[in-house]
Amino acid sequence: MAGTAMLEYDFMRHAFAAATIVAVLSGLVGYFLVLRGQAFAGHALAHVGFTGAAGAVLLGVAPLWGLVAATVVAGAGIGALGGALAQRDVAIGMALSLSLGVGLLFLHYYTAFATQATALLFGNVLSVDLPTIWALLALAVPSLAALAVTSRPLLFASLQPELAEARGVSLRRQDVLFLVIVALATAECVQIVGVLLVFVLMVGPAAAAQRLTTRVPAGLAVSAGLALLEAWLGIALCYWTDWPASFCISALSMAAYVLAGVPSALPGRPTGLTAARRNVM
Amino acid sequence: MTSQASMTARSAPDAPMAGSRRDGIVRPPAGGAEAAWLDRVTLARGGRIVLRDVSFALETGEFVGMLGPNGAGKTTLMRAMLGLVPAAQGELRVLGARPVRGNPAIGYMPQSRAAAGGARLSGREFVSGVVRGHRWGLPMLNRDGRREVDWALDMVGGRDLADRPLLDLSGGERQRLLLAQALIGRPRLLLLDEPLMSLDVHHQRSVVDLVRAVQRELRMTVLFSAHELNPLLGQLDRVLYLGGGHAAIGTVAEVITGPVLSRLYGSPIDVVHVRGRVFVMSGNNDAERDAYRQDGHRQDGHFHDGQAHGRHGDA
Repeated sequence: MAGTAMLEYDFMRHAFAAATIVAVLSGLVGYFLVLRGQAFAGHALAHVGFTGAAGAVLLGVAPLWGLVAATVVAGAGIGALGGALAQRDVAIGMALSLSLGVGLLFLHYYTAFATQATALLFGNVLSVDLPTIWALLALAVPSLAALAVTSRPLLFASLQPELAEARGVSLRRQDVLFLVIVALATAECVQIVGVLLVFVLMVGPAAAAQRLTTRVPAGLAVSAGLALLEAWLGIALCYWTDWPASFCISALSMAAYVLAGVPSALPGRPTGLTAARRNVM
Repeated sequence: MTSQASMTARSAPDAPMAGSRRDGIVRPPAGGAEAAWLDRVTLARGGRIVLRDVSFALETGEFVGMLGPNGAGKTTLMRAMLGLVPAAQGELRVLGARPVRGNPAIGYMPQSRAAAGGARLSGREFVSGVVRGHRWGLPMLNRDGRREVDWALDMVGGRDLADRPLLDLSGGERQRLLLAQALIGRPRLLLLDEPLMSLDVHHQRSVVDLVRAVQRELRMTVLFSAHELNPLLGQLDRVLYLGGGHAAIGTVAEVITGPVLSRLYGSPIDVVHVRGRVFVMSGNNDAERDAYRQDGHRQDGHFHDGQAHGRHGDA
């Protein structure tokens, strides 16, 4: 049977194991990322991570560690600067482009340039080895633990920042802590889907989950579940069709997001407009 | 105009400018019974002084409307009571103690912003997020927590909003949920920052009536800031007027008068009563038309006194 045959290969077992770890982490972290309206931060951290990964490759270190170092520093920086970055989209965009450019320069001096660049930009889940899986697990477990501990004040600060501040929540500390967790999740995501497709696992499943349920615990479960399903199915599709895994995962992520919007577009369910017309108080 | 218009009125009957130095300082009685007590307090925001040498007290269990133009210090005063902004000078007591951040006895409803996070969450989740929200841990509630949310929703008549996403709620419905959030923890003092902002007249009135009913049932002290006096008329115990760095407190009849407001702003102000409504006019200007131009819209002929004074008392 096709389903079990693919698991006879080491690289397939490794791919599924890595995808499982990364999908659960990014599904859960992504839920808060989308809730807070910070989806763009995931994108920005991935760009910065590219420079770190390319630098690590040049130094002969595993790219994961370069990614982790660059994204964590950038995440903490973005969190600490906070409001100072608001409305600075041009400056941020320029900085992100520069970070991709610098990454390109690093890879220019590396001999296996093209392979490595493609792997970083678009991911290469089929090349994940056993030590990388252990590294992914070692980063994911503390990230999830930190997210669990901080999730209640994080939710409070996301829903009602001024009230949370008055009740004793430090908004700055929440922001820095959360963005460091996002940075780790982003670094992990790059291993599976690459720098340019981080949205596929971090944002797609979470956004679909928020269309499907109005409750936080259910939303977290749906987000992680969708991310898992999309990653597994994507790898399986890759095996059957020989299309790139990252393409398959991105197509599934988009499909889930679009399908999740269908129920609310159907007639009969109150939309924002009809509710406004209803004018109840 | 009577001599009870403020704490300082006894010494200077014509100048009920609470705590202003030029009126001669009369300290409010330093007891523990007041919900809030300010003695010659100066507050600054962003390095600019918004209130100078202000003294007054909020009595326990009263509903006080706080009026004044943009930038008069309404939000800053609330943030000082919450312990988020230190007083530059003077002494401030809230519920008998110095303000400390995270005091569960103070409820707070910040100015609502249109695009808050979690717009796809249900009303119940929006209120639940506040319960023990400052503690570390998972965002799941135990039975006591869920009961607290039910209680707060019932207090604002918001059970029917519990299962609907915020996205689908009207402005008035959202205000009810924000009030429910503020009630979590069963506060004794409730600070409501512009709850009538961007509501139409009908909804403004129902929010005021709701707050009044909740305030009476729970015997809370309420400080309710607003741009306009008229929606609050009839439900207020007293009014606190901020302007020009000063404050005047008293009943509507005592504070909303030409002489008191003129003194507050340092420029001539007329107060006109028309069929049970109060209009504040600045000098000889056609203040209503002026306000209309600045505000872009008027509501039911009501006149936004705040806007009209913006050019006089921008401090």
